[in-house]
Amino acid sequence: MPAIGKQSIEFQNNVFILGGGSIVGKKEGEGPLGNCFDQIEEDPMVGMNSWEEAESALQQKAAELTIQKASVLKDQIRMIFAGDLLAQSVASSFGIVSLERPVYGLFGACSTMGEALSLGSMAVAGGYGDMVMALTSSHFASAEKEFRNPLEYGSQRPLSASWTVTGSGACILGTRSSKVKITGVTTGKITDYGLKDSQNMGACMAPAACDTIAANLKDFMREPSWYDKIITGDLGYVGQRILFDLLKDQGQDITEQHLDCGIMIFDQETQDTHAGGSGCGCAASVFASYILPQVESGTWKKVLFVPTGALMSKTSFYEGQSVPGIAQAVVIEYVE
Amino acid sequence: MDYINAFWVGGLICALVQILLDRTKMMPGRIMVMLVCLGSFLGAIGVYDPLIEYAGAGASVPLMGFGNVLWKGVKEAIGKDGFMGLFMGGFTSSAVGISAALIFGYMISVIFQPKMKS
Amino acid sequence: MANLNSEEQKKQYEEYVKQVTPVHSLPVNMAKAFLVGGLICVFGQWILNTAKSNGLDQEMAGAWCSLTLIFISALLTGLNIYPKITKFGGAGALVPITGFANSVAAPAVEYQKEGQVFGIGAKIFNIAGPVILYGIFSSWVLGLIYLIFQWWGGGI
Repeated sequence: MPAIGKQSIEFQNNVFILGGGSIVGKKEGEGPLGNCFDQIEEDPMVGMNSWEEAESALQQKAAELTIQKASVLKDQIRMIFAGDLLAQSVASSFGIVSLERPVYGLFGACSTMGEALSLGSMAVAGGYGDMVMALTSSHFASAEKEFRNPLEYGSQRPLSASWTVTGSGACILGTRSSKVKITGVTTGKITDYGLKDSQNMGACMAPAACDTIAANLKDFMREPSWYDKIITGDLGYVGQRILFDLLKDQGQDITEQHLDCGIMIFDQETQDTHAGGSGCGCAASVFASYILPQVESGTWKKVLFVPTGALMSKTSFYEGQSVPGIAQAVVIEYVE
Repeated sequence: MDYINAFWVGGLICALVQILLDRTKMMPGRIMVMLVCLGSFLGAIGVYDPLIEYAGAGASVPLMGFGNVLWKGVKEAIGKDGFMGLFMGGFTSSAVGISAALIFGYMISVIFQPKMKS
Repeated sequence: MANLNSEEQKKQYEEYVKQVTPVHSLPVNMAKAFLVGGLICVFGQWILNTAKSNGLDQEMAGAWCSLTLIFISALLTGLNIYPKITKFGGAGALVPITGFANSVAAPAVEYQKEGQVFGIGAKIFNIAGPVILYGIFSSWVLGLIYLIFQWWGGGI
């Protein structure tokens, strides 16, 4: 029975990752992982007319280069699972329309890559598609415009604020053999600790990460040390600290295994990114271009990839609602 | 010297508002509203004009000065037109500020494109 | 258990988050705000003095001061320089009327992609709208109180 524990799945059929690819913006290209990304797009408008169109262009490019990298044909992709931060996920809709493949649009805020990988692997494991794509993106300018302020508006960012990554990452999953498998997923619950500070996303999302990681360990009956790495999406420096504390309260210590994509993608000192990177594109690009190669080479054999998202809208925020979080976990393993 | 007074009074007002920005959850929009209403109020109780006497631009340039301008406009209009003055004075006195912001803001949008932050 | 359900627990979490979240150094930020705000006011004073020495009265001089500061702020907004000033000076750039101008010019530049009417037109007052609404309204309320006092005074 693939469904195990309270909220996890251990796949009985093989789900291989056939390839991953990413394209990021200039600032991300100048960061510590700059050399890992497949393409760096220097033009923030990506040759388009608006930030939203630029983000769509990034998604299209990421999809296309991943298809090339995995040596597959576009038409072999049975389904695309895609989403982004913008209202009604328009960046995705317009980004993949030219691919002319069947699509399921998603919203998981910054946890979207986890959601896409989870649903994609369920489709493959269930025999519903022998090749699917998981795809997501974010763009600093389009996100700022939607959730905060016009770029030209002057403001001071608190130290807890994160920098939305401009980038897109894609992964192709399928039944064709490769060195990396997705062996299980843990579906996250929306977790609300009542925090209303939209400038401290790490603190809003850490409880969700804690809940999902704890559930994963419990459902699979594993210790943190079973994993070589437990990698969250964009908790940042502040969220990481809170995650450690919350898990310690539950008797789990993941300090040895934990990494965070938001912390890794920017250099806090030189790039002035405060708490770290964030956005769907953060987890997606780091996964496709850094985490995946590490597992492919056998450097890391067992990884828990847990991107987190903050579920708010501008309306909900102004109406005084809190900012709940969600975290979707995917178990990645090296194939000997 | 009026430059010194403008400097330290204007600077002090900004420094005090910085406390609100850093230590409370107040966002810039809310702070701007608070400043303009405060300016109106201080003008109404007769405190703001003496402050402008002393500090010049140090009192008139901050947004509280805008609130004071609104109050003075309403007061003068009431003097001239009684009850109707209530509805005439505000926008009339703030005409320069609001029109300039709109007109120049619009012109800037014609010339410049949105640019990315680094 | 996924959520915190009691208000007390939520408060506790909020307190804890406050403890572990780093903040900017307030004295440093206050000093920067003092400097930037002070300088903008000094510049404003220079405009006032120049206007008055050219024979303009107090009110006109004030109008020229507002006009000039707003123009420069809008220009710096278009040039993408004003956000950098605010990043450094914080309240020093927010409090003067230049902050108000920036809050009008910024949406104008950003939303042009959504069209003249529904982009710039509808959203130009996104940030500054409350200032105008509550400025007009508060001066109206104060004016009403003033008017009522006058009627009472007249009655005695």
